[in-house]
Amino acid sequence: MLERAEIVRKEYLRHDKKFPHVWCPGCGNGIVMGALLRAVNGLGLDKDEVVLASGIGCSGRMPTYIDFNTIHTTHGRALTFSTGIKLANPDLTVLTVMGDGDATAIGGNHFIHAARRNINLTAIIVNNATYGMTGGQYSPATPYGSKSTTSVYGHVEHAFNIAELAVAAGASFVARSTVYHATHLEQMITKAIQKRGFSVMEVISNCHVQHGRRNKLGGAVQMINGFKDQSVTVKKAEGMSPEELEGKITIGVLADVDKPISTEEYLRIAGEAKEKADKVTKAKEKNGIKRYEE
Amino acid sequence: MENPEKQKKVLLQGNEAIVAGALAAGCRFFAGYPITPASEISELLSVRLPELGGTFIQMEDEIASMGAVVGASLAGTKSMTATSGPGFSLIQENLGYACITETPCVIVDVMRGGPSTGLATNPSQGDVQMARWGTHGDHPIIVLAVSSVADCFSITVKAFNLSEKYRTPVILLSDEVVAHTRESVVLPEDEQIRVFDRVRPDVPPEWYKPYADNNRGVPDMASFGDGYRHHVTGLVHDEKGYPTQDPQEIDQFLRRIHSKISKGFNEIQVVKTFLMEDAEIFVIAYGSVARSALRAVRDARKAGIKAGLLQLVTLFPFPRKSVDTYLRQCRVAVVPEMNLGQMGREVSRVNQSDCRIVKHNKIDGQLITPDEILKHLTTV
Ligand SMILES: Cc1ncc(C[n+]2csc(CCOP(=O)(O)OP(=O)(O)O)c2C)c(N)n1
Ligand code: SF4
Ligand SMILES: [Mg+2]
Repeated sequence: MLERAEIVRKEYLRHDKKFPHVWCPGCGNGIVMGALLRAVNGLGLDKDEVVLASGIGCSGRMPTYIDFNTIHTTHGRALTFSTGIKLANPDLTVLTVMGDGDATAIGGNHFIHAARRNINLTAIIVNNATYGMTGGQYSPATPYGSKSTTSVYGHVEHAFNIAELAVAAGASFVARSTVYHATHLEQMITKAIQKRGFSVMEVISNCHVQHGRRNKLGGAVQMINGFKDQSVTVKKAEGMSPEELEGKITIGVLADVDKPISTEEYLRIAGEAKEKADKVTKAKEKNGIKRYEE
Repeated sequence: MENPEKQKKVLLQGNEAIVAGALAAGCRFFAGYPITPASEISELLSVRLPELGGTFIQMEDEIASMGAVVGASLAGTKSMTATSGPGFSLIQENLGYACITETPCVIVDVMRGGPSTGLATNPSQGDVQMARWGTHGDHPIIVLAVSSVADCFSITVKAFNLSEKYRTPVILLSDEVVAHTRESVVLPEDEQIRVFDRVRPDVPPEWYKPYADNNRGVPDMASFGDGYRHHVTGLVHDEKGYPTQDPQEIDQFLRRIHSKISKGFNEIQVVKTFLMEDAEIFVIAYGSVARSALRAVRDARKAGIKAGLLQLVTLFPFPRKSVDTYLRQCRVAVVPEMNLGQMGREVSRVNQSDCRIVKHNKIDGQLITPDEILKHLTTV
């Protein structure tokens, strides 16, 4: 493990970047980044062929530090940029990191449409149940009753279940893990990248500085240990009642289906269209007619 | 560059000619969202791009369209979107991203009456100042306007060329009249079309600095996937592309992206003149209004009035030099617009002579007729 960590540090971090990073000590974003890099390393992907895109937020800073083709886009829109990149160059492996607010508030529409569209992209959502970067306001993933800087009396709305939202929107692959389960997280990210089609990885993470502090959840270590206690595997969850699952985090693969990938479908119909068009052009040129003159 | 739409004389509407121009310029990616009066551009490209090995996608809204356009351009493909007022409002966020990341792309705005849903099928020129200032912060931008079907082809090619050369988004303003008018035009032969492609780096990847200044002020641009791994961000960045808080680096960066455009003023600021040599009174017009203006000027000449037309093709950066020259030459400038004076205010701003400026503003959803302009030319 240590040896791999060293390889990852040497091979994948941008040493010309003016470190230190922006994250608070103990933030789960670092664990997600480590798992992501080990997954890419394990898959033997060429750095030149990997694009890491992000939105805006603490999680959104991840690409800055990593030596891939990286793009830090606008708040909530990362998947739209990733879509353009992937369509323009389908050979690239395009990974997209987003925060919970990023992906499901301002970017909610892009998120469900990316899932519906089924382009071969991987979305990694770092769910820390708050807007970390802007100072701990409530997000669409903030639990009912929680305190935040915009719900000091307790939150009156209900949270999205992000992974289930992705399943309902039609994502080909959906998995969930937590920053406690670093090895599991790496395995799940690996599967998500390998999956052909739109894959979603929800990572339950800690923002002890904002969300944790206001809700008396303790520091980084306590919060991360809490994820361990709260987690149940998909298999175990199957045998549990909704009441028993209250407050639990179901980890593992929640959906894995095979369906046509729109990028590939597009290439197929484009190939056919081109063939047809070439025939028409040839026939017309033979008769001395050029396009548009019909 | 081969013009895929080559032919002799053809009957086209403005929107179709924009498509032909874009394809001739090498555009191979389009993302858009349906809206009148721009939809024909999407529809036609959804047919033509697959045939040419390009990509068409209809996104969930215009914010997404603009994101996809920037993404595709960063991956090395010439890209564009087309929309109208309500969609133009939505693209502003990622348009600013294209400005700060210096990503070439073309945005067509077929103007209709506003604000809001406004007048969906009526012409207008109400988006002119928005095209200049729509996205937040001091930013450089190029805005061009088309007035005829022939323009729709050639100015679209120009828009792509400028965007590639200066690494900047270029906004092409059309209006409902130009978009839907059918005219017989002769599209240029392949060899007559000049196409400019972005300058790509040739240094070893470890030397590459994606935002380093050079004598043009326009850094060489690598594509994602071609070995020059680099970072792109909407934060103000240093020459390596990493976010910076250093006042000197911030200042240098923001000044460079503005000065790269001013360095190219001679090439960027395009105007057309008609009968201006001896003109004593002239019309400053753009878009479909320039057509009416030309007719009015010809009629005025017949009546013995020394009238001329200065047609603005480039609206921004405002072609101050040309405008100033003729303001000094003439005693009256008539500025007809289908808005409440969005270009007229630019003309007034630069006027340093005693030329009188007469603004003719129409916002009832109807186009400006030659007679309306002629009336000014004969009475002032
Ligand atoms: C259009 C827009 N609105 C608001 C913001 C301010 N903003 C920056 S980050 C952020 C929220 C980030 O929360 P989340 O996506 O959960 O990421 P985290 O910081 O928690 O990782 C907001 C609202 C912005 N950058 N852009
Ligand atoms: S504010 Fe929260 S999410 Fe952001 S770096 Fe600090 S701990 Fe992490
Ligand atoms: Mg968050």
